[in-house]
Amino acid sequence: MLEIKNLQVSVEGKEILKGLNLTVNKGEVHAIMGPNGAGKSTLASVIAGKQDYEVTGGSILFNGKDILELSPDERAKEGVFLAFQYPIEIPGVSTINFLKTAVNEIRQHKGMGNMEAKEFLAMLKEKQKLVQIDTNLTGRSVNEGFSGGEKKRNEIFQMAMLNPQLAVLDETDSGLDIDALRIVAEGVNKLRNKNNAFLVITHYQRLLEYIIPDFVHVLYNGQIVKSGTKELALELESKGYDWIKKEFSEIPA
Amino acid sequence: MAGSDKILEEITTSEYKYGFTSDIESDTIPAGLSEDVVRFISAKKEEPEFMLEYRLKAYRHWLTMKEPNWAHVKFPAIDYQSISYYSAPKKQKVLNSLDEVDPELLRTFEKLGISLVEQMRLSGVAVDAVLDSVSVKTTFKEKLSELGIIFCSFSEAVRKHPELIKKYMGSVVPPGDNYFAALNSAVFSDGSFCYIPKGVRCPMELSTYFRINSAGTGQFERTLIVADEGAYVSYLEGCTAPMRDENQLHAAVVEIVAHKDAEVKYSTVQNWYPGNKEGKGGIYNFVTKRGICLGDNSKISWTQVETGSAITWKYPSVILKGNYSVGEFYSIAVTNNMQQADTGTKMTHIGKNTKSTIVSKGIAAGKSNNSYRGLVRINKGASKARNYSQCDSLLMGDRCGAHTFPYIEINDKTAIVEHEATTSKIGEDQIFYCNQRGIDTEKAIGLIVNGYCREVLNKLPMEFAVEAQKLLAVSLEGSVG
Repeated sequence: MLEIKNLQVSVEGKEILKGLNLTVNKGEVHAIMGPNGAGKSTLASVIAGKQDYEVTGGSILFNGKDILELSPDERAKEGVFLAFQYPIEIPGVSTINFLKTAVNEIRQHKGMGNMEAKEFLAMLKEKQKLVQIDTNLTGRSVNEGFSGGEKKRNEIFQMAMLNPQLAVLDETDSGLDIDALRIVAEGVNKLRNKNNAFLVITHYQRLLEYIIPDFVHVLYNGQIVKSGTKELALELESKGYDWIKKEFSEIPA
Repeated sequence: MAGSDKILEEITTSEYKYGFTSDIESDTIPAGLSEDVVRFISAKKEEPEFMLEYRLKAYRHWLTMKEPNWAHVKFPAIDYQSISYYSAPKKQKVLNSLDEVDPELLRTFEKLGISLVEQMRLSGVAVDAVLDSVSVKTTFKEKLSELGIIFCSFSEAVRKHPELIKKYMGSVVPPGDNYFAALNSAVFSDGSFCYIPKGVRCPMELSTYFRINSAGTGQFERTLIVADEGAYVSYLEGCTAPMRDENQLHAAVVEIVAHKDAEVKYSTVQNWYPGNKEGKGGIYNFVTKRGICLGDNSKISWTQVETGSAITWKYPSVILKGNYSVGEFYSIAVTNNMQQADTGTKMTHIGKNTKSTIVSKGIAAGKSNNSYRGLVRINKGASKARNYSQCDSLLMGDRCGAHTFPYIEINDKTAIVEHEATTSKIGEDQIFYCNQRGIDTEKAIGLIVNGYCREVLNKLPMEFAVEAQKLLAVSLEGSVG
């Protein structure tokens, strides 16, 4: 589904990703771990198409399509979802109106008509229940005045509503207490199926106790330096990142 | 100088091009302003003596005045002698179908969601007799007159209801109030008059009617609305469809009088031609709008959505004379490209326990300049007066300007006045967030801007709120990215 080959990315002239390779298939959950500054969030932003990230080499194929050629909204319409590390507030725009617009834009892209109000409300209710989000939150403006945990939960709720093929979770666990973490993880687990895939970016192993990944990759210095299964996450947890840094510090910058 | 002369020249010569003066000599008069011109206008409209006197007094006063220059706007000097001050309502060239209309205009209509029939009417296409607005108009008229509501053109009111005109015209905006009001008082073309008798609640928004009735009111429009004791009316002026007019200078006057327990809600959607991207052409909109809450417990509420005109200079105001009276001002002013707007309000508290609310949302894009200018004055003796002001500015891009000029004068110790102001930028982050949910940039801006303006949009009559929302998005098209 997602095929990243030799991806090289610079931000303001500084090279952050230095030839990253990653393949994600349908039905898989991949975790990307790594120390601060390794390029984890850059990877998430580049997949989603954020400005200011200059791709200097390599490719990203999504279902065989070169998504680097697509605008961010087109990528979203193709089925790429990013759960933001720092979700944005949009004052005055109700979450329901926001999601209705998004759902219908994506449907139109697929050649479907707008969703009927009744059907939309039914879906809204169902997904609210699924991710255990307070109905008060969805009635308010997008993320406005939400706590950190509420914002993250709202990201998962939006993911449930938009039902993407590929969901990239950018440090969704950061700033969450243990209860919120469990709710977020449960939401993801309920949405997992054999037709979609998740890329879970995290600094800590903690989240991976709840979302069991099929693969764990270590991102360091702009490359994936180690890949393994969930045991790798545990190893990182106990040993820290220092041994990775030592082992791979010879990689030319 | 040269620029404005040229534009004005084009305007005046273009009238000849379409050939009205050659046909009927007296349908238009040569450019220039003098007592003779004022007399000519009055005679042409068959006005009673008092109206002529009113005009002449205003004209003589205007001669002693200077054009104000305190607004935060720049424009080439206007040559008042190169304007023609009277021309009979023009007959639009009748088109046979929408195919003959400028396709760009049609696209805009489409985006605004204006009905096909109305599209035809606005662009001058002959409409099927069954759908013609005349029948609708008659129905409205009958219903209104049953209730004793007077709603007619200003000229008609001068002839049929001189006692009301004498009593109220100039009672809120005196002829010598300001330069443009004086000019209007001398040469006003036409406009609307509305009187709601005691205890009557006008059962419909006067918007629909007005839109049907709005053609050809001219560049010096005059509106007077009087709500007698306990009356209520909601009045809507303007139209979301782009209005083109070859008259560059528009100087309207709107007066509202609210008696005891009366309420007047006045909503405006203004989308006059703003000029091209370089700022050429476009309308100068210098308007004086003021209402007086004459009686106790009366209320006047202004709601405006301003997206058009090259230059807007406009301060819908309320004089709160009656005790417990309420004044409100809700405004959205959008400027794009080279547009300039200096707009706001004046709330003058005279009565006791009076209350005013000001919510102003300015949006500046392109190279435009958007200023809020507001005065809150609490007179001595206006005990326990309250005001709440909120002035927000939203910037799009980094070449536009937003300015806030709040003036507060408090002469009574018991007054409570609050003022809040914010300036923010439409963040690329917000747009990217919407993009990431599958919403393209144009729609994202519409969504964000409508969110920002929601408090004001909520005050508009329902049918117009929807159109106004679309208008905001269309006005800001292409302003980011």
